[in-house]
Amino acid sequence: MQIYLPIAEVSVNAFLLLGLGGMVGILSGMFGVGGGFLMTPLLFFIGIPPAVAVATEANQIVASSFSGVLAHLRRKTVDLKMGTVLLIGGLVGAAAGVQVFAILTALGQVDLLVRLCYVVFLGLIGGLMFFESLRAIRRARAAGGAPTPKRRQRGWIDALPFKMRFRTSGLYISVIPPLLVGLLVGVLAAIMGVGGGFIMVPAMIYLLGMPTKVVVGTSLFQIIFVTGFATLLHATTNFTVDMVLAVLLLVGGVVGAQIGTRIGVKMKAEQLRILLAIMVLAVCGRLAMDLLLEPAELYSLGAGGGH
Amino acid sequence: MIRALAILAFATLLPTQALAEEVVAGLSQDEIAITTNFDGSEILIFGAVRRETPIPDSAPLEVIITVEGPSRPITVRRKERRFGIWVNTDAADVDEAPTFYAVSTTAPFNEVLTDTNDLRHRVSVHRAVRAVDANVFDQVNFTRALIRIREDAGLYQLNEGAVTLRDSTLFDTAVRLPANLVEGDYRTRIILTRDREIVTEFDTTIAVRKVGLERFIYNLAHERPLIYGILSLVIAIAAGWLASAVFRYIRA
Repeated sequence: MQIYLPIAEVSVNAFLLLGLGGMVGILSGMFGVGGGFLMTPLLFFIGIPPAVAVATEANQIVASSFSGVLAHLRRKTVDLKMGTVLLIGGLVGAAAGVQVFAILTALGQVDLLVRLCYVVFLGLIGGLMFFESLRAIRRARAAGGAPTPKRRQRGWIDALPFKMRFRTSGLYISVIPPLLVGLLVGVLAAIMGVGGGFIMVPAMIYLLGMPTKVVVGTSLFQIIFVTGFATLLHATTNFTVDMVLAVLLLVGGVVGAQIGTRIGVKMKAEQLRILLAIMVLAVCGRLAMDLLLEPAELYSLGAGGGH
Repeated sequence: MIRALAILAFATLLPTQALAEEVVAGLSQDEIAITTNFDGSEILIFGAVRRETPIPDSAPLEVIITVEGPSRPITVRRKERRFGIWVNTDAADVDEAPTFYAVSTTAPFNEVLTDTNDLRHRVSVHRAVRAVDANVFDQVNFTRALIRIREDAGLYQLNEGAVTLRDSTLFDTAVRLPANLVEGDYRTRIILTRDREIVTEFDTTIAVRKVGLERFIYNLAHERPLIYGILSLVIAIAAGWLASAVFRYIRA
């Protein structure tokens, strides 16, 4: 069944969108990731204009993270104070990101920017995860596996001013690093249409030294507001949020996530991570090929009068 | 005697008179509604040639039918390899390019119309696209690229021999409109030619409009963007909640 998307102004198969949502949903349920970083490039591949894909994906992330945040709030695994600091950075970042997005759209370079961001981040994350889980598997095979030595290099972070006490996380640190982390994630949310959890979670654990049990809840708390803000900004600046597309992806995604969670329980963590890493690298490779190989059509069309 | 001469003179003059043949035409639909399940459309254009006199036997009658979507300015960009990756570098503006353009004829295009007539009446795709950007010296390449890309997308069509003409009187053709149509009035021209010269021309329009939900969403997004943004968030959250509730209910 073909469906005409009112904002993207293309006609796509509704079942393809539901299936895509479902597939990414299964993966996000299995691996416990947001899935935005897989969904947005997949939307490029099926011919949704990048600007619409990014804005709509931000909208979808808000909705799909909503129930997660509620669950974490109920379990009190959200550091609201830390979340608010991250959020302030995030809002500033998202506002800047949307402006950059609008300028580059006018210059005709937005495609390139989005793709480059994806190639760099997917390449980095995928590569790190791949080698990390390879090492973990090898360690597990070698005599029971020695516990990893815990290292915390927080010398320079402790030296920064404007310290604040975060009771839930049991931290007393400067607000500058969380503000910067939030800022970066906000920019990524606006430009790439991702939640940014894949950057924020490692940053919270390794850089800020937050306890693992509050990390996911706090990052979801920040993500939901930042992507919500980015959605509103995209809707008012670039007019690129497609309601119909978002709802279709979401319905598929929610159902997929429920199935994914059940599959995920039955698999080993290292195997899961290596699978995810391979997939991330595959999407990265496909995007990189588009940039590196000579395209079949060197010319492209854009809205008139804007260069 | 004088009267007989006058009639004879009148009869010999007739074939050269411009309005001896006229088009009476119809469309299968004069309005196209873009609905939620819009997947392109096919319009049937048909008609007849009305004559007060016998069919002139000088040269065979040919029919050209054009359907033209609203024109928009457009920027064409060209990629070049920079630092190992392909980047948009040059750009050229095309002042007026129809968003859709289909030409259907009874015979190969250069056999039904002279170049001069094509230039004067802007019949072929190449004439319909107007570009005057003095800044770019290879404007021709950009214009050609525009036409090529739109031809590949089915937005520009040249259907030679697609018009069937019966007994030099009845004609009909079908024009395929793709799914990604731009809203607006689609000008439809029916041109009759003989010996590559235009005999007569007939104009009508087809209105292409988004309707219903499509219309509502599009208007809201452009006229009340903030409300639209909030609404999309609320709807998305509600839909997500509903989907998970339904799923839990099914499993329980």
